[in-house]
Amino acid sequence: MTTLTLTELKLFLRERSGPAFGVGLPLLLLIIFGNLPFYNRPRSEFGGLTLLDTYVPILVAFVLAMLALNVLPPVLAGYREKGVLRRLRTTPVGPVRVLAAQLIVMLLTAAVAVAALLLVARFAFGVVLPRQLAGFLLTTLLAALALMGVGLLVTAAAPGGRAANALGAVVFYPMVFLGGLFLPIPAMPATLRRVSHATPMGAAVTAMQDATNGHWPHWLALVTLVAWAAGAAVAAARLFRWE
Amino acid sequence: MVGSVIEVENLHKRYGGTVAVEDVSFTVAQGEIFGILGRNGAGKTTTVECLVGLRTPDRGRIRVLGRDPRRGHAELTRRVGVQLQDSQLPERLRVGEAMRLYQSFYPDPADSRELLAQLGLAGREKTPYGKLSGGQKQRLAIALALIGRPRIAVLDELTTGLDPHARRDTWDLIAGVRASGVTIVLVTHFMPEAERLCDRIALIDAGRVLVTGTPAELVERAGQSTLEDAFVTLTGRTS
Repeated sequence: MTTLTLTELKLFLRERSGPAFGVGLPLLLLIIFGNLPFYNRPRSEFGGLTLLDTYVPILVAFVLAMLALNVLPPVLAGYREKGVLRRLRTTPVGPVRVLAAQLIVMLLTAAVAVAALLLVARFAFGVVLPRQLAGFLLTTLLAALALMGVGLLVTAAAPGGRAANALGAVVFYPMVFLGGLFLPIPAMPATLRRVSHATPMGAAVTAMQDATNGHWPHWLALVTLVAWAAGAAVAAARLFRWE
Repeated sequence: MVGSVIEVENLHKRYGGTVAVEDVSFTVAQGEIFGILGRNGAGKTTTVECLVGLRTPDRGRIRVLGRDPRRGHAELTRRVGVQLQDSQLPERLRVGEAMRLYQSFYPDPADSRELLAQLGLAGREKTPYGKLSGGQKQRLAIALALIGRPRIAVLDELTTGLDPHARRDTWDLIAGVRASGVTIVLVTHFMPEAERLCDRIALIDAGRVLVTGTPAELVERAGQSTLEDAFVTLTGRTS
């Protein structure tokens, strides 16, 4: 399992697009937003916080969605298309552990990206670290599991690597929209806000913003994330084909 | 049969309305090189996929080393090495990494350098899979089938895509592997290969075994002079 995980990690780093989209792009967005005065004015509608303060949780969730929906599905669906998984079925390790190795690589990358985002935000742009750090990290973990579950479902539903790429993107954009990347959740109309709260991104961002402000995340948001993780995992396990 | 390691009895497999394997039976003895021959679409690959537990037969009984390939799958994966048709590796995975990865799957793996040298892949350790030629990919697949020191090696289209030199080297390697006690199941439609390597052959046509025997027996039975002619005569319906 160690060799398998290290091999998958090497392939992931060698591919370059995974680290670029999963770590580089969110950091770049942070640096751009951080340098715009518009994002750095304290705002009464956000309780005296700056727009950048509210954007850090959104970027954290963006990292998770990027890895889960745009990086993971093409790799796994490509493996299935090329017979990599089929060949592994005839070995003692079996294909399930390749899935596990991939998830470990994704979670490691997410951990690196989230740590980098929080630290750069803190030390370059003076954004305070989440005051309720344990709640923030728990939310991040649950959100990662929920989104990876959706990513596995995308992989299961897509016939090949290219289709997985397309389907991942189709799920990704509405997800990040509902997570408030283009329009912060508090600024959404009431109906849209309710829809947003029911999605993994919306629930995650809301819970992370609570934690940032020093509150324990609302239990409803955490339950939403757990439900998505469990539901998507069960559906993916039913739909998934090794070849 | 005493000392048989594979027994297939009345195997039947269909995909939807299409019958892939109608009724196939054969036995493979310990230490034998057993050929499965047939035209394209005869049911060879489906038979092999049932044998290695990738597919569940609709009817019939299969025993590999005394075990059912589905229920005994976990145990059999340790003892059966497989080379599949149309199964690739990640493009950027290097030859040496692929060997190390597959070594890590087995309790007592073979030496990677030695195996690569025997297959003419020495010095290729750092080459990514995507940069290998078709023949080199094929030889790497054979190396990976043998890396776990299997008791049975199932090789589907062993030398397809290999040039004559590489083909002969591969034949020598397979003969050597057999000499060390490994039983080999060889799927092929390349007659010189079957003639040169196989102790016995099952000739499959339209999902049934037409005839089983040594290459010489098949030639005699068809009243021909070569296995190729025998093959054409025996499977010679106009399609």
